[in-house]
Amino acid sequence: MSVAERYEPTVDADAEEARQLRETWKSRSGLIGWLGETNHKKIASRYIVAAFVFFILGGLEAALLRFQLARPENGLMGPDLYNQVFTMHGSTMMFLFAVPIMEAVAMYMVPLMIGARAMAFPRLNAYSWYVYVIGGGLLYGAFFLNVGPDTGWFSYVPLSGPEFAPGKRVDIWAQMITFTELAALAAAVNQIATIFKYRAPGMSLSRMPLFVWSILITAFMIIFAMPAVMAASSLLALDRLVATHFFNPAEGGDALLWQHLFWFFGHPEVYIIFIPALGMVSTIVAAFTRRKVFGYTALVLSLVSTGFIGFGLWVHHMFATGLPQLGQSFFTAASMMIAIPSGVQIFCWIATLWSGRPRLAPPLLFVLGFVFIFVMGGLTGVMLASVPLDIQVHDTFFVVAHFHYVLIGGAVFPLLGAIFYWFPKMTGRLMSQRLGKWSFWITFVGFNLTFFPMHILGLNGMPRRIYTYRAETGWGDLNLLATAGALVMAFGLLLYLINALSSWRHGAWAGDDPWGGEGLEWSVSSPPPDYNFQHLPTVSSRAPMWEQGPDQPVVVGLRSDRREVLVTQLIDAEPDHRETLPDHAIAPLAVAIATGVTFVGVIFSPWAFPIGLLVTGIALVGWFWPRDESRELLEEQP
Amino acid sequence: MRDLHSALDAAGPQAGRIEDLWWIFFWICTTVFALVLIALLAAVLHRRREELRRVDGGERSLTRAVGGATAVSAVILIGLLIASVSTGRAVLSLPPSDALTIEVVGHQWWWEINYEDPVTSHRFSTANEIHIPVGRPIRVKTRSADVIHSFWVPNLHGKRDLIPGHPSETWLQADRAGVFRGPCAEFCGAQHANMHLLVVAEPPAAFEAWRQAQLQTAPPPATPLQQRGHAVFLSLPCPTCHTIAGTPAGGRVGPDLTHLASRRTLAAGALPNTKGYLGGWILDPQTQKPGTKMPPVAMQSDDLEALLSYLESLR
Repeated sequence: MSVAERYEPTVDADAEEARQLRETWKSRSGLIGWLGETNHKKIASRYIVAAFVFFILGGLEAALLRFQLARPENGLMGPDLYNQVFTMHGSTMMFLFAVPIMEAVAMYMVPLMIGARAMAFPRLNAYSWYVYVIGGGLLYGAFFLNVGPDTGWFSYVPLSGPEFAPGKRVDIWAQMITFTELAALAAAVNQIATIFKYRAPGMSLSRMPLFVWSILITAFMIIFAMPAVMAASSLLALDRLVATHFFNPAEGGDALLWQHLFWFFGHPEVYIIFIPALGMVSTIVAAFTRRKVFGYTALVLSLVSTGFIGFGLWVHHMFATGLPQLGQSFFTAASMMIAIPSGVQIFCWIATLWSGRPRLAPPLLFVLGFVFIFVMGGLTGVMLASVPLDIQVHDTFFVVAHFHYVLIGGAVFPLLGAIFYWFPKMTGRLMSQRLGKWSFWITFVGFNLTFFPMHILGLNGMPRRIYTYRAETGWGDLNLLATAGALVMAFGLLLYLINALSSWRHGAWAGDDPWGGEGLEWSVSSPPPDYNFQHLPTVSSRAPMWEQGPDQPVVVGLRSDRREVLVTQLIDAEPDHRETLPDHAIAPLAVAIATGVTFVGVIFSPWAFPIGLLVTGIALVGWFWPRDESRELLEEQP
Repeated sequence: MRDLHSALDAAGPQAGRIEDLWWIFFWICTTVFALVLIALLAAVLHRRREELRRVDGGERSLTRAVGGATAVSAVILIGLLIASVSTGRAVLSLPPSDALTIEVVGHQWWWEINYEDPVTSHRFSTANEIHIPVGRPIRVKTRSADVIHSFWVPNLHGKRDLIPGHPSETWLQADRAGVFRGPCAEFCGAQHANMHLLVVAEPPAAFEAWRQAQLQTAPPPATPLQQRGHAVFLSLPCPTCHTIAGTPAGGRVGPDLTHLASRRTLAAGALPNTKGYLGGWILDPQTQKPGTKMPPVAMQSDDLEALLSYLESLR
């Protein structure tokens, strides 16, 4: 292997290499082949589809909630069903849609953006997807059997403890958490290894695309945040299963401990969802202003500092618990100061738009909508950081409005823009621009009609999570407006979905680089071949597609008869060594099933734990059984 | 009816200070929002001169603009932080001299209210309705009997969570007379939506009259119908959960009924306190408030008539 100054192969050699690569990296056919798939793009596509299915389910639940609240004393749902539905809505959107969709898009795009043939742990990707789908299936299976959880996506103890929530509902919720967090951790570990070690030669950290930076930071946040909620949900499961009393005040446990553990995860979670979206925004802004994003260093530092400060805010979810004044002030300060890195990014994007030549294609429209909505959500966030204001509007519809502004505005709008932007790369076809613009404007108007009135409802004393309210509260009209807005928004999203589905089949052919993008993903065909790059690129610029000439060297010398990838050094991405990745394997599915049986089993009996541990161990032996290629490689070594 | 429960219609010094702070935040944030939008629109729409078409055109002036905007943001945030912390200190407590102490206990799904007093015979209990004298600081001791609830009367002050194992304390004061509603503000299970209390702020003389009335035991049944109703009450399972002071009924599971008829609502704000609703509530509480801990009580219609007559006499 070497970095060739000039690589001028004969046409025949080139074609032969491509043929061999196709053969080596191709997916197996048949059911076993499908189940044993490990290609990052295939797994990511499945992840994206599954996440959008959950998004649709969560959206339908939201519509039910809005219908119930449209009028005072509405009889559509009783408290039992309503409480299940809002719990399902929150849990679905947070655990089964928002985090997975960002992970999924990253799983697809990151290797293409950094010039890699695959991700570092292909089997772990497959495992992550299976575990995620089993966890989501468990939750929805329970819901359709009318044993869906009903204590909220936050499941505060003691309401979710054994005394006040008998039955299996909360256990199912707790295990769903364990599943999805495990899936997220697996994906995060994989991202970090891939981004650190698989970047194309020359792509030093300082040349990494901003989206890749955002995914790197998100992955680290996942690794630090998710264990807190996994611990919390496991302790809760133990309280419920074997009466451990971690959270039972009567036996020396503590109800506040749950809140600390949950929000130590729960607040960073918001940034885990939001930071990848910031990376998407930077990518789209660059592509549609035809200039590099202004302030690369400032943007990276903003992302990093958001990642750090994001861990210092969790108590602002607990201001009403009456914690000591001085401590609260620190969290107020941190919660307000996190607005600075967000502000820096907004200012940098505005500067980029100012000095570039914006093209108002749908992805950029979604980004402009993002700025509008997210800035408003950020400013209400500054209000919520203030203890006196927070104790008035905490747990009211004001907060509901705020976090839908930051989560839908901050994450879903950029996501819809990014999907529109990368859709041609993933499918080879363009989405309809006209339909894209319609879907943007309708969603944007519907969103504001739905959520803006909720600010006022909250200030007028409407608490969250109520299934009904009396006419004399005066909340009826604004609620009706919000419900009408939700219908408009749903229509806009439906148009987007129709656009995506019909373009998938009938869209105009995109070609390799329909937008004139700056990143390496646009240098390969659309959709990319299984092996991504026939010749791994080298990088000498932050915008390789714009600034690198045709004589930019490529990497040659990697074997094409097995799944060989180039491992580079962490900081400067100097070539380090070659590595052979594993082939397709059914083991991730086996381990996922074993894990799933264990997690579901412990809902019913503690004995499921030791038995499941054993079964999972056996499945893991299969996973790690030495493969022929590694032996071959060992023999090659002197 | 807007003033029933609005954070922006302050009736006390704490809610008033928070409202002032709110308007400071509101105007500053609105201005910032408008400026950002103007900058965004200008960036997209402004006419482009040739020299800016260079890929890195005008980097230095952009740096100055972004740096300046960031510095201004930081200054604004620090200003808001100072305003917030000083308001936070001011609303934390009130001068304790002359304070009235009330204990509020959250139950699934009603509020137990205990008026404290150094003299045992001056203490009394009621439910879902707090009377306070205008102009006097109220120390509110809070605790929960089961799950987490949150005590919140928006016109008077922000909320305080009632967390099992963490008794707490907050302060209220009303500067004008009025009836203010307080919805439970922490999700507490099936009937979180129907868990309200009322704060009745009244002039000191009216409050004192109310207090004296509450200190009395229940009036003895005056008419034969009321006497029969009294007997019905004691013969049914009612006393297991409810207290009527001056009678053998001493249950502490549900609301104290000694002065039931003096209250404005039933079932923690779920129903108006009228004879018809009361009858419906006793016979079939699960329809009125699904999930409530009150079981349905079956009885003959003439027994019900007598019982209602008695309960209506508990002024």
